[in-house]
Formats: sequence, structure tokens, C-alpha cells
Amino acid sequence: MTKPTPDMIAHRGPGPGADRPAGRAVPAPAQPVAASPAAARVPAERPAVRAKALVNEPMTGASALVRSLEALDVDVVFGIPGGAILPAYDPLFDSSVRHILVRHEQGAGHAASGYAHATGKVGVCMATSGPGATNLVTPIADAYMDSIGMVAITGQVSRSAIGTDAFQEADIAGITVPITKHNYLVQSGEELPRVLAEAFHLASTGRPGPVLVDIPKDVLQGQTSFSWPPTLDLPGYRPTLHPHGKQIREAARMMVGCRRPVLYVGGGVLRAGAAAQLRVLAELTGIPVVTTLMARGAFPDSHPQHLGMPGMHGSVSAVYALQRADLIVALGARFDDRVTGKLDSFAPNAAVVHADIDPAEISKNRVADVPIVGDARFVIDELIAAVTAEHAAGHQADLGEWWRTLNDLRGRYPLGWEEPTDGTLAPQYVIKRIGEIAGPEAVYVAGVGQHQMWASQFISYENPATWINSGGLGTMGFAVPAAMGAKVGMPDRTVWAIDGDGCFQMTNQELATCALENIPIKVAVINNGNLGMVRQWQTLFYNERYSNTDLGTHKHRVPDFVKLAEALGCIGLRCESAADVDKTIEAAMAIDDAPVVVDFVVGKDAMVWPMVAAGTGNDEIMFARGVRPAFDEDDL
Amino acid sequence: MSDKHTLSVLVENKPGVLARVAQLFSRRGFNIDSLAVGETEHPEVSRITIVVNADSSPLEQVTKQLNKLVNVLKIVELEQATSVHRELLLVKVRADRPTRTQILETVNLFRARVVDVAPDTLTIEATGTADKLDALLRDLEPYGIKEMVQSGLVAIGRGSRSISGPALRAAA
Repeated sequence: MTKPTPDMIAHRGPGPGADRPAGRAVPAPAQPVAASPAAARVPAERPAVRAKALVNEPMTGASALVRSLEALDVDVVFGIPGGAILPAYDPLFDSSVRHILVRHEQGAGHAASGYAHATGKVGVCMATSGPGATNLVTPIADAYMDSIGMVAITGQVSRSAIGTDAFQEADIAGITVPITKHNYLVQSGEELPRVLAEAFHLASTGRPGPVLVDIPKDVLQGQTSFSWPPTLDLPGYRPTLHPHGKQIREAARMMVGCRRPVLYVGGGVLRAGAAAQLRVLAELTGIPVVTTLMARGAFPDSHPQHLGMPGMHGSVSAVYALQRADLIVALGARFDDRVTGKLDSFAPNAAVVHADIDPAEISKNRVADVPIVGDARFVIDELIAAVTAEHAAGHQADLGEWWRTLNDLRGRYPLGWEEPTDGTLAPQYVIKRIGEIAGPEAVYVAGVGQHQMWASQFISYENPATWINSGGLGTMGFAVPAAMGAKVGMPDRTVWAIDGDGCFQMTNQELATCALENIPIKVAVINNGNLGMVRQWQTLFYNERYSNTDLGTHKHRVPDFVKLAEALGCIGLRCESAADVDKTIEAAMAIDDAPVVVDFVVGKDAMVWPMVAAGTGNDEIMFARGVRPAFDEDDL
Repeated sequence: MSDKHTLSVLVENKPGVLARVAQLFSRRGFNIDSLAVGETEHPEVSRITIVVNADSSPLEQVTKQLNKLVNVLKIVELEQATSVHRELLLVKVRADRPTRTQILETVNLFRARVVDVAPDTLTIEATGTADKLDALLRDLEPYGIKEMVQSGLVAIGRGSRSISGPALRAAA
């Protein structure tokens, strides 16, 4: 039996495209690690690990925490100290773990997310009890919805004060039960190494997600004895990594026997580091690919088989392909309502092969005809083998007619925008040019709203982990701190935050962190003076009654984003005309020793198209305002 | 088909586990009809018996979600036909001299027993299926029920097989 040890977790191949641990995650039996043959093998193979082994070394709980983080190969923690977590900050002062002092705990959480997104490693954030911990709630919920491996460490009031409504007491373990993969309230110093090793294991394996570890102050202060590596005790945690052979063969049979198939690719493919395999499968089968908002970059946008993003603001060809498919092969995707539109009119004639590492996702929204539980990497590998076998037996799908239809749609309904007639700058143009100038190696991080959709549409993603956004929770304010985390994880990459003026005002204080910690991100504030997406809905569905969506960033220039940037230790630039866009972006690209904020003053009337209005079916997709695509109705 | 389902959920015997399980039901929009929890033959494992009213497809979803809880070891649905289901009832009935004998007759009929006697009341303990306890209560109602309390349902499969058997012990 192979079983995970903390060293395996720490040394697992990080990063998208890199290999995840190949061993089945099997719960560790309750016996010392050294007693098991698998673990005994580990030190011999990895001498570096042996150096970390320690037995019963006396130290404080706080030191045990920091030593555990070091042993888990944590290189950076985003956080803010405060009363209850304070003991941990003393040993942290001398540690090899870099602590980045943020300005708000929400920033710490999103930074940990951005780091995890960009590197594939576990992101770590730290906060004190009470308000420090509750400020982490939003980023924890965000990480939960988007399956991001994150460990949040919070201080708690001393054990004797728990339950007394003590100063800065909040039941953060109770609060975060529904938004964490798992959480812990640590009861003693002795269990700290095990709990932390389990937290990292849970956060990074199976379907990744956030894990919270709440540590009472007296546990941090008290003496304990520290031993490493600890034995994981997770008898109820057994993620299924390898798919069932029969299901794979059935899926392969369907993939060669259909006429109108689609590979519906979700974020799970990126989490599994399976982008390379996906490309092999797609090219082997010739099946059209759509990538969800969470999966942009999992398949190159330039690839001729890529139809783009499906869903509410997806391309007409991607939406149509799913809608008219006779076979949908969902890989690490979850049939989110933003993809399916009205569920009962979604893809009415499609058989569904649904592969996901989380069995609870399968048949949750759309019943799967072939359910496959497994890690996307293994699933795709085995699908490749099974489809190859079908081909060898002379079974091959003829997709000529399907491709003719899709190519025709793609030609007639490309992504695009109407140039504003009032002389204002088109936000789509700004975003497109950033993508073209910064290129496919840069990392793009978005907030939530119109700018996010345009960034998903008009930047060409060629590589995994180059697109980071808040998909499931839709957290405004995600971009700046997440870009900070991504830049810390990928210091050699250019990192652009594409933000809105509404989002930017929620978390821009982290620019001070970026300025002082030498994290030179670039922020494009797509400043339309309004809560743009909400305003778009008011335009379309509320008779242009613009209730509380004008932020005054145009009318009054409050705040002045250039001055704000400068006040936060960044370089502030402004661009108000199409003619200046390229040189402003180039000026920002030329600066690499400070964060840059560009205030792109754009028109407020631009809208995100295509659009499937909320609550309607995907057949009712609008290509532009008042323009329904002309589908070939005979094809229905 | 909307129906009552009895789930036996084996969990690690750790603080907060019951809260996680109960919270998951309410978050996913399920009402728990009955819930009982206690230790098993393995002190490190607790057994939660949950009766839930749900269609089979949402029930499958909630079972999958329950399985995702790290502290949940195993979930088994216990069918009526192949398992024994029991609830415990304590009921305080008004019983004066003329009615006392009749009440005691009912108690005997239902194989219940009297656990406390006061000049004007009898307290009766009964175990059985929900149907049996309902029938008992119907019979006692005319005398005047002053107070009653019911336990959650517990259930165990028939036959020699054990759901908390060797495989689980190895895991726990």
C-alpha cells in the first residue's frame, strides 16, 4: 500500500503541467511512518527529507507550527499578526519561511489563492483570531468554490477562554465548516505537526480546497515536543484517482460512435496538470474543445479545435456546440449554471460522459450517462489508450459535417465589439492590446465583472496557469491581491491584474504591500466609472434606471487612480485614448522595479456580448444587443 | 419517489463531527426527520442514524456530499425489509383509579412497561417501530397525555454481517 507521507506532499511535483503524485491516496494507518515499508523507502530516495526527521524535540507550540511549515516546504505565508497569533510570529521572525505582511486579511487569503493558482502549490495565509479570522472568510469561500489548495492558519483565544465571548473570539472553525474542505481546532501542541501535515495533504490532493487550522494562543505559547514526520490519520479520506476501466471503455466507444461531440473542459484539468494530455486526446479524436472560465489556458486558444468559452458570455460557437451536441465529454467541469443556462433546456440531445475527481459533482446538475470518477490526468491518459484501441479496431467518428457547421458559426459570429460612437475608449480594445503586448507567457489576473469577461474573451491564452480569476464565488476585489500572490509564486513572469474601478477600490491597499515587498505587478484599471456589469443589467433589464452604479470615478475623478497609485508607492499612468493605448502598455511593461497602475479611462456603455440572459436557455443566446444568431434550425 | 430513508453514518468519534453532518443536511436543503448518535463497538467510531425524507436522486447527492466529509468513514442505507428499526418512547399518562387498569392492559398489550408511578399519572416506556409507538400513543391519548419524549430512530441490519466490521476497523 502506498500512503502519503508529509514528505511526499512537500515534494510533490508542483505546478500545472507537472506531475502530481502518482500513488493512490490511501489513508494512513495508525502506525508510525517508519514502520511502514513505503515510508521506510522514502528517506533512502530523498536524503533531503531525512535531515528534517526529528524526534521529541522540546519547543513551544509556536515553534512547532513554524517548524512544520518549514518541513512542508512552505516558502511564503501571507498574513497579519494580532493578539492570538502573536506567539507564532516570534519564531517566524527567524524562519526560512518568508512572511509577507499584507494590509487586510482578505488580501492575505486572495494572495494565497493567486499563489496556489499560479504555482500549483498550496497557498498559505495567516491571521489572528476574531476579526482577523472572519476577514479570511471571503477568500476561503472563494478558494472553496474554485477548488484552490489553500491552508489558512488562524490564532484562537486560549482554550480556557473559548466559549466565553472573549475579546476577539470568533468560532472560525464553526463559521468555515461549509466553506472549507476540512478544518481543525487544534487541541494540543503535540497534534500540531500531524494537523498541519494533514491540512496540506487535504488541501492539495483529491479535489483541492481550503483547509483552516485554528490554534488557541495557549497551545502556541505552551511547551510541547516536536516530532517529524508525523503520521497522517485520515481514515475517512480516500480520493479516487484512477478511473474504472469499464467506464473508460464505454466513454471511448461513445467518442468514436457519435456525430456531434464536444470536449467540455473545466478547471479540474488545470488542477490535475493534464493540459498536455488533453491536447493529445483532442487531436487524437478531432473533437471540438470548449474551455470554461476556470479552464482558460488548459487548451491553446490558437488551436483550430478550440471553440472558446461556453456559457453566459461564451462564444456563439462554443454555446451552440454544447447545445447541439450528441455527446458531451465533461472533464473536470461541473455543469455550473453559468455554463448550462436554464438546466432543463441545456444540450437536450446530448449523452453525457462526466469525469471528475469529486463523485458528488457527477450527476449533481446534469445526469451523467457514463460517470467516471478519477483524476483528470489519469482519466485522459486512459481515454487516450481506449480511443486508440477503438481506432485500431476501425472505429472512428466522422465529424466532417459537425466541423462544417461549427466553422461556419465561428466565421459568422466571432468574438468582437462595436467601436463606441461617442469617442470614448473601448475597454475591449485595451484588454486585447494588453494581451497582445504582454503575450501568452504573462499571467493575467482578473476581478469580477465586465472586465473579467472581456479578459477571458479577448486575451489569447496558450498556457495553463496564465489566467487567474474568481469564477465560482465571483469575488470583486480578487485581482490585486491574487496578482500579488501569483507574482510572488512566479517572480519571473509578467503579472497583469485586469481590474475594474469598482473591484479595484475594494482591495487596492495591497499595492502598498506590493510596493514595499518588491512585488512589481501591473494593474490595468478598466475604469468605466461604474459598476459596469450591474449597469449592463440595468440597461438590459431595468429600463436603464441606473440605481447606485455610478461610482463617480469619471464624473468627479474620486479617487484619482494615478494619485492613489503614487500614494501607495506605485507608479501611476493614465490613458484616455486609443492612440495612447500601446505606448502606455509599453511604458508599464518597461517598469520592472515597482508596481504600476494604469488608469484606462474607458466608455461606460460598452457591454459584454454574447450573452445568455440569466434564467433563459442557451438557445436564446444574443450575439449582440437585439441580434439573435441565425442557427440552422434544421440542424436542431 | 419521495420516501423516508434511514442512513447509518459511521464517523470518527471526534468533537464537532455531529455538527458537520447536521450542518451539511441543512445547507443542502434537507430536513432531518430523526437523528440518533452514539458510540459503536469501536470507541473511536460513532454511529449516526439519520432518517431523511427525500427523493432518491437528491438523497444520492446528499450521501455523496456526506462522504466528502473527512470525518465520515462509511454510509449505509438501511432498508426496512432487511434491517431492524427501533425508537424509544417515554410518555406520562394521566391515570386515576378508574382508568389505571385499562392503561396497564394497554401497556401489556404493547409490551411496554411502567417506569414511574404517581397518584395521578403513570410513566410508560416503550420501544418499537414508529408505527407501533404511534399505535400505542393513539390508545393512550384518550386518557390524557401530560408529557412525552421520543428518541431518534436507531437501526441495524439483519443477519450476521456488520457494517462496522473488519474493513472499517483497519481504516480507523
